[in-house]
Amino acid sequence: MTQLQKPPAPLDPSQSPQWSLTSEGNNPLLTLRGVWLARTGNIPQFPKDGLRAAPAGSTITFDMSPITDWDTGLIAFLWDIKRSGHDRHITLDAQSLPAPVRQLLELLPDASDGPPPPPAKRLPVLERIGGHTISSLTEIGTVTSLGGMTLRGGLQALTGRSRMRLSDLLSDTANAGPQALLIVGIVNFLIGAILAFVGAVELQKFAAGIYVASLVGIAMVREMAAVMTAIIMAGRTGGAYAARISTMQGNEEIDALNVFGIPTSTYLILPAVLSLVITMPFLYLYGCLIGMLGGFVVAISMLDITAAGYFHQTITSFGIGQFIFAFVKSIVFGAFIGLTSCRIGLKAGRSAADVGIAATRAVVVGIVGVIAIDAIFAVIADVLGI
Amino acid sequence: MTDTRKTVLSMQDVTLAFGPKVIQKNISLEVKKGSIFAVMGGSGCGKSTLLKSMIGLLRPTAGEYQVDGENYWSGTEAERTELNHRFGVLFQSGALWSSMTLGENVALPLQMFTDLKPDVIRRLVELKLGFVGLLPAIDMSPSEISGGMRKRAGLARAIALDPDILFFDEPSAGLDPITSARLDDLILNLRDGLGATVVIVSHELSSLFHIADDGIFLDAKSKIPIAHGSPRDLRDHCDEPQVHAFMHRERNEEGRN
Repeated sequence: MTQLQKPPAPLDPSQSPQWSLTSEGNNPLLTLRGVWLARTGNIPQFPKDGLRAAPAGSTITFDMSPITDWDTGLIAFLWDIKRSGHDRHITLDAQSLPAPVRQLLELLPDASDGPPPPPAKRLPVLERIGGHTISSLTEIGTVTSLGGMTLRGGLQALTGRSRMRLSDLLSDTANAGPQALLIVGIVNFLIGAILAFVGAVELQKFAAGIYVASLVGIAMVREMAAVMTAIIMAGRTGGAYAARISTMQGNEEIDALNVFGIPTSTYLILPAVLSLVITMPFLYLYGCLIGMLGGFVVAISMLDITAAGYFHQTITSFGIGQFIFAFVKSIVFGAFIGLTSCRIGLKAGRSAADVGIAATRAVVVGIVGVIAIDAIFAVIADVLGI
Repeated sequence: MTDTRKTVLSMQDVTLAFGPKVIQKNISLEVKKGSIFAVMGGSGCGKSTLLKSMIGLLRPTAGEYQVDGENYWSGTEAERTELNHRFGVLFQSGALWSSMTLGENVALPLQMFTDLKPDVIRRLVELKLGFVGLLPAIDMSPSEISGGMRKRAGLARAIALDPDILFFDEPSAGLDPITSARLDDLILNLRDGLGATVVIVSHELSSLFHIADDGIFLDAKSKIPIAHGSPRDLRDHCDEPQVHAFMHRERNEEGRN
C-alpha cells in the first residue's frame, strides 16, 4: 500500500480509476481497473441510481484483477455501492473481493443515511435579549452566593473551623504578594515619573514647579496606585486563578472535591480571595511610595526643587482620609478580582480551548470591573467629601 | 521459528532516560512488517516511554533506532516529520483536539498534508469514522462522547493518512471487556485491511493473548528488557519468574516495585 501523503506521482491517464458494470445472466459484474488511491483525489463517486438495472435481491460479483494499486479510496467507492444497493437487497459477493477489502468493508455500516444534520439554531432578537438578561441575572446571583459562602468560610477560618489549608493560603499569598512586587514597582514607578513629567512641563510655565509633588502625591494616593496595582493583579493573578481552576475542572478534580464533600468555596476560592485581600492593600501602599519616588526622581532632575521641599510638599498635599479610602478600595478590588476569576474558572468548559477562554475572560472582566468599581468609588468619595 | 518478513522498526542497544534518570537500557528489538508487536511489563517499567521514543517524542540517549532501515534520529527534523507521516498513533486517552468535532479531528491531518478538495476529505473522513462505527457522531465534540468512543475516534484519526505503522498506547485501558474485545477485533481488521504493522503497549492480558504475535517484556527493577517473544509463547514457555508472574497474574513479592 502506498502512503496518502507522499506527493502524488504524475499519473498516466490510463491508470486513473475506472469501473464498468456489466450483466452476467441475472447477476451484475463490476470490473474495476487502474490505480485507486485516495491521495490522488480522483476516486469516482458511484451514482446513487447506478444499480437501477440490477434486479432486486441479486448479488454483485467483482473483478478486481485489473487493479494495480489501492488504499482506502477503493473502500470509499465500494462503500458507495454497498449503501446504494442496500434498499433493494442487492448484496456484494464477498468471495470475489480480496480478503483485506472484505474485512474493511464489513466494518462499515449498510444504511445509506449519513450523519444527522446539525439542528438549526436561530433565535429571534427579542428571545436573545431575554436569554442574555436571564443568564446575566443568574450569574450575578451565583457570584453573590459564592461570595457569601466564601465570606462565611472566611469567618469560620477566623474561629479556626475552616476547611481551608494554611499551606494553600501561604502559597497563594506568596504568589500574589512578594512575587508581584517587581512588576507592581516598575509600573507604579513609571506612572509616577510620567505624571511628574507631564505636570512639570505645564506647571513650569507658571513657576509652580513645586506643585508637581502635590500632583504626583494626590494622583498616586487617590487613584493611580490602587487602580494600576489592581489592573496588574487582574492580569497576573486573576488570569492564573481562572486557568488553574478551569484546568482542575477539565481533570475532574473539582468533581473529586465535591464527592468528598470538600466545599470548593472554602477550599479553592477562599485562599485565592483571601490572598488578594491580604496583599492588595500592601501592594497599594508600596505602589504609592514607589510612584512618589518616580515623581521625585523626575522632579529633582528636571526642576529646581530641593529634596526636602519636594518631601514637604508631598506630605502636606493629601490627608489621611484619602489614604484610608483608597486602602479600603484596594481591598474591594482584591476581593472582586479573586471572586470573579475563580467563578469564571469554575464555570469554564472542559476543553483546552475553554481554559484559554476562561483566562482571557477573567483578565477582561477583572480590568473592566476594577475601573467600573473605581468610578463608583469616585462618586461615593464625592458625596462623602473626601 | 525464523521470521522471514521484512523488518520495519528496529532498535539496537537503546537507552531511554529523562536527564540523569535512566528508564530502560539495552533495548534491542525488531518489529516485522504486518505483525502486532506488544510492549509488556508492570506499571512504571517504561512501556509508554519506549512508545514515546518510537514515535519520535523522546530521543534515546544511546543506541540506534531505525525505521525501514533508515536511521530515525540522524536525519533532519523535516525527514523525521516525513517518517512520522507513516505513523498513526492512538494515545492513551484518545488525545482528541477538544475544540474540534470528531469529523474535524479526523480531517485536520488530511487538510494539512494533502491537496485534496473539501468534499473528497469529507468522504474520507466519513469512511474512517465509518470503520470505527462513529459515523453518526461525526459532528459531536469530544466532550460529548464516552471514553470508549473517544478511543475509537482517536483510532479513526490515527488512520486518517493511511499510515503503515500503527502505535497504540493502552488501547483497552478503562474500557469494559466487551468494548475492549471489539476494539481488539477492530485493530485486527484494520491491520489486515490496511496491511499495517502494529505496536501496542498494554497490560491487558486477554487482549495481548488474542492479538499480539511478537513482543518485548520490560522489567522495572533491573531496567532492562528481560524477555522477547509473543505473549502466548512467554506465557507457556518463559521461565523468568517476573514474566511468569505477569502472564499468570500471580502475586509475586519480587515482582513488585
